[in-house]
Amino acid sequence: MYAFNYVSPKTVRQAASALAKAADDGKLLAGGQTLLPTMKQRLASPGVLIDLAKVDGLSGIELKGRSLVIGAMTKHADVATSEVVKQAIPGLAALAGEIGDPAVRNRGTIGGSIANNDPAADYPAAALALNATIVTNKRKIPADQFFTGLFETALEPGEIVVKVSFPIPSRAAYAKFRNPASRYAMVGVFVAKRGGDVRVTVTGAGASGVFRAPALEEALKKRFSPKSLEGVTVPATGLNGDIHASADYRAHLIVVMAKRAVAAAIAK
Amino acid sequence: MASVSMTVNGKSVTGNVDPRTLLVQFLRENLRLTGTHVGCDTSQCGACVVHVDGRAVKSCTTLAVSCDGAHVTTIEGLANGTELHPMQAAFREHHGLQCGFCTPGMIMTAVDMVNRKGSNLDEHTIREELEGNICRCTGYHNIVKAVAAGAQAMASTGQKVAAE
Ligand SMILES: Cc1cc2nc3c(=O)[nH]c(=O)nc-3n(C[C@H](O)[C@H](O)[C@H](O)COP(=O)(O)OP(=O)(O)OC[C@H]3O[C@@H](n4cnc5c(N)ncnc54)[C@H](O)[C@@H]3O)c2cc1C
Ligand code: FES
Ligand code: FES
Repeated sequence: MYAFNYVSPKTVRQAASALAKAADDGKLLAGGQTLLPTMKQRLASPGVLIDLAKVDGLSGIELKGRSLVIGAMTKHADVATSEVVKQAIPGLAALAGEIGDPAVRNRGTIGGSIANNDPAADYPAAALALNATIVTNKRKIPADQFFTGLFETALEPGEIVVKVSFPIPSRAAYAKFRNPASRYAMVGVFVAKRGGDVRVTVTGAGASGVFRAPALEEALKKRFSPKSLEGVTVPATGLNGDIHASADYRAHLIVVMAKRAVAAAIAK
Repeated sequence: MASVSMTVNGKSVTGNVDPRTLLVQFLRENLRLTGTHVGCDTSQCGACVVHVDGRAVKSCTTLAVSCDGAHVTTIEGLANGTELHPMQAAFREHHGLQCGFCTPGMIMTAVDMVNRKGSNLDEHTIREELEGNICRCTGYHNIVKAVAAGAQAMASTGQKVAAE
């Protein structure tokens, strides 16, 4: 790891000004479960590290009207075990409980996961399927516009994710086929039904990150049942192929995991 | 350099560190608490697990400066003098180790597991919860047995994490 200057601001405003001052050379540190390994590998070498750990008001879970609002610094373990989340969106609590391992879940945060937009990460699938709003220190960004590509988001330099607001669905669940070594999704599918609308998102498979699967959405809008997905296929174009799974196999897995997610959503 | 203060195994400590110092380096090199191990240094193996404010974390993936003001418990903080913590005693009793390299992390993870999930742990739960701890020797069977027995023993002695 290359040397850096460390700052530990107490407010979002202080963090934002530290970030602005550092310009291209600054990086925010949340749980560090992605950033620190990346810095150890020298794939990232910020000159200034701005630790969000002591910033007030960035963690917490609350219901606001028909939405579940989760602070950016809320740990995966806290989302997984929160009674509020289990009541409002049980599929989201289950997803958080399947990220990495217990020690990773004790430090990793929802804000860090969403800002990082790893193509195999779990939270981006939930945010996009649930039509979440990502609230930053500057504006509100709909999930549809937030995830723009491989490790790319709509966040501008100096922008800090403050919280994520999830409209509460009538039914939702996530099914993940995890890579047993890395624990990330080889294919993860999140399904969410809200009134007559159904959104299906896929992580782990897309060559440019999380995406929606319109063919599956249309089939499920007719009837929200695993049976509706019989015979539906997803094209392998634009999917990843690597030593773990070919693009064709991932295309097949998407439908299998979608069926499991729908079955889980109905069972809840 | 940055100044950092924390409570480690009940004692307050202060150090002046380069900000890139990992918590595990601070524990091993500054405090000479070499019970916490580095197996992979890539956040995979769990040999470096310690408790920070009562939660199991990988100390190779945590900066020492981020733990300013925190309470840290390491494997050295579990025993009561020469009397082993029930989880340590269970690992000895059930042959939960061979080379012992993974053991400090296994035990810290196991104690955290009991603190969160109680002392009646079935085999499936234990195996799931050990997801982030890798052992290249034992094949895990005896580790799982040791954790189950240690959890029961913790309940009967009424013991949670020692030292804190
Ligand atoms: C062994 C292991 C297994 C894992 N398995 C999984 C898995 O199965 N599924 C999964 O989804 N993830 C997995 N992860 C990743 C984990 O979930 C990370 O915690 C997460 O991706 C990043 O969150 P963080 O809080 O650690 O962020 P950090 O690593 O601190 O930061 C990540 C990036 O986000 C930026 N950032 C952080 N917070 C903000 C903010 N509030 N606003 C703007 N930018 C911000 C940082 O500058 C940095 O670029 C795993 C990690 C490890 C080490
Ligand atoms: S040394 Fe920290 S996880 Fe392996
Ligand atoms: S006992 Fe040797 S690594 Fe576990």
